Amino acid sequence: MITAGIDVGSISAKAAIIKDHELLGSCVILTGYNSRNAGRQVFDRILSELHLSESQIDKIIATGYGRNSIEFADKAVTEITCHAAGANFLNPEIRSIIDIGGQDSKAIVINDKGKVQDFSMNDKCAAGTGRFLEVMARALEVDLDAFGELSLQADNIASISSLCTVFAESEVISLIAKGEKRENIIAGIHASIGSRVMAMGKRIGITSPVMMTGGVAKNIGVVKALEEKFNTPIIVSTHAQVNGAIGAALIASTLS
Amino acid sequence: MSSAEKVKDPEKEKRKIKSDKKMRDLMTAYYIEAKTPKEQTGKKIAWITSGGPVEPLHVMDIIPVYPENYGAMIGASKMGVELCEKAEAMGYSSDLCSYARADIACATVNGGPIGGLPEPDMLICCNNICGTVLKWYEVQARYYKVPLFILDTPICHTEYNPDMKRYVTTQIQEYISFLEKICGKSFDYDRMMEVGKLSVQGQKLWQEVLDTTMNRPAPMTCFDAFFHLAMIVTLRGTQTAVDFYESLLAEMKDRIAQGIGMLAEEKYRLVWDNLPVWYRLRWLSNKFAAHSACLVADTYTSGWCSSMKYLDENDFLGSLAEMYTRIFLNTGTDIMADNIVKMVEKYEADGVVFHSNRSCKPYSLGQYDIQRIIQEKVGIPTLMIEADMSDERNFSESQVETRIDAFIEMLK
Ligand code: SF4
Repeated sequence: MITAGIDVGSISAKAAIIKDHELLGSCVILTGYNSRNAGRQVFDRILSELHLSESQIDKIIATGYGRNSIEFADKAVTEITCHAAGANFLNPEIRSIIDIGGQDSKAIVINDKGKVQDFSMNDKCAAGTGRFLEVMARALEVDLDAFGELSLQADNIASISSLCTVFAESEVISLIAKGEKRENIIAGIHASIGSRVMAMGKRIGITSPVMMTGGVAKNIGVVKALEEKFNTPIIVSTHAQVNGAIGAALIASTLS
Repeated sequence: MSSAEKVKDPEKEKRKIKSDKKMRDLMTAYYIEAKTPKEQTGKKIAWITSGGPVEPLHVMDIIPVYPENYGAMIGASKMGVELCEKAEAMGYSSDLCSYARADIACATVNGGPIGGLPEPDMLICCNNICGTVLKWYEVQARYYKVPLFILDTPICHTEYNPDMKRYVTTQIQEYISFLEKICGKSFDYDRMMEVGKLSVQGQKLWQEVLDTTMNRPAPMTCFDAFFHLAMIVTLRGTQTAVDFYESLLAEMKDRIAQGIGMLAEEKYRLVWDNLPVWYRLRWLSNKFAAHSACLVADTYTSGWCSSMKYLDENDFLGSLAEMYTRIFLNTGTDIMADNIVKMVEKYEADGVVFHSNRSCKPYSLGQYDIQRIIQEKVGIPTLMIEADMSDERNFSESQVETRIDAFIEMLK
């Protein structure tokens, strides 16, 4: 049985293909303004990469913010349930997940079967999400991909106290004006994300081992900040960004 | 229309609550009377807070009008944002309760649902629900240049003591003198006995209506209760409310006898906490129904009979102070949590949905603690959604949708 998972988020769209409980491949594209199209495109992309045809795919599950607009999917499942299934597949020991995506961050507690026990999400504000980092990268004129490495060179963590993305941006700008080192400011940005996520995670009683998923997991600085806040090592799989899509494909294989 | 759809219709009809129409008619009649020029009715108008002692007003033939009920109407008719923005332009903070903002703004415009509330002759403010109402009513008293009576009820975190009793009872006497002075007639204590009995009867009937959802399938959901609540709030202490709830109760019992549930299928039973999200009632109700999740009970609509047990039908005035001081919004987090735990057990609920309401601080403040207490005591899943009862700007559909969907997936 071959199944597909399509995860359409606010910034990127991801697809994964599973065959008999084995990951055949995955890919990521930018969502753009049309989430419906992005779902189709990312699906076509993975099919051609794997030299598969659509008719070979038995079941498809859509997840992420655009999940309900993917008409070719058999079912829509939330990314919370999908991330749980994906993390359990990648590492069955995992009991908690921190997922930071484009417009939201979540903490999820799961059991040994990969079933969600509890979860919490950030409220309407975008602080502590991928978008927040994008805004900060723009203010600092640094490529977002360099954020992680740069923050490791910090000799002091600048304090960023505002909870609002826009206000935090002005804090960053005034830190720049004061001549604070970029590395320190970036470390401060990561620490502020860490504090936000910690509050969310503590609320639902996060337990080790913890896995981080979502695009922001590629940022080593955020991972380090979270490890410090939660005082536990955090596992990041190479599939972190496509974990939701993998979970969706796995759940698709249970559809009858 | 396909024939399949035609066959479906009677099914929907069967689930409709017949009393809905009667309720609508009675509420219309109530507002028509309230809006009839005073020269014709000869009755004065009092604006009163939702948890305020309304019974003495009925004794004095004063028509009580509820700005909070009106706030709900504003929310349901999606006029909340416009009015809130107006209030903000007048200088009120966006952190102020949206009922207060909408009402304060609405007073200054020609419009709003039903063309605005009838102007008050007096304002009755009881702070057993929150501190916001104090300033809100002061503002309105200045605006309309009418007398304001404030009934100050100390918070009963866990207990009600003799000092509180003395303090509030004295104020009830002052309340009566205040009404006598404004109406220029003396208070009829015999009539108070009758009104008191009707109030108790109405509350009992309302509780019985809410209790019918203990049945599986539940003959109604909390979304129906949100609608039928208006009567116990506005017409508590009248024969109209008693008669209406008698017939509503009969209808519910009849539905139970016939096995008619509000949902076609009832897989999960949930409890709702906090005020409704007025502008999204239908959306939420459809959303939960699509998952076969039935909201069987809520802390809000039962709030109007939550302290009935402290009332003494034969000494209504004497027990009034205790009943109004001990309503659940005026208690501490432990009692509120306990209330939900009891509801979960009574209605055999599978989960609790919390509406973290940006407007209503006293209701929302302890929710994270309550959530934890529930998980510890009954170990069932809970969900927190962030919104506001009337200000739509605080509602994000995709966020709420993801949370509800994920919550149901978790229950499976
Ligand atoms: S703050 Fe809460 S209790 Fe007070 S008026 Fe607003 S909604 Fe009602």
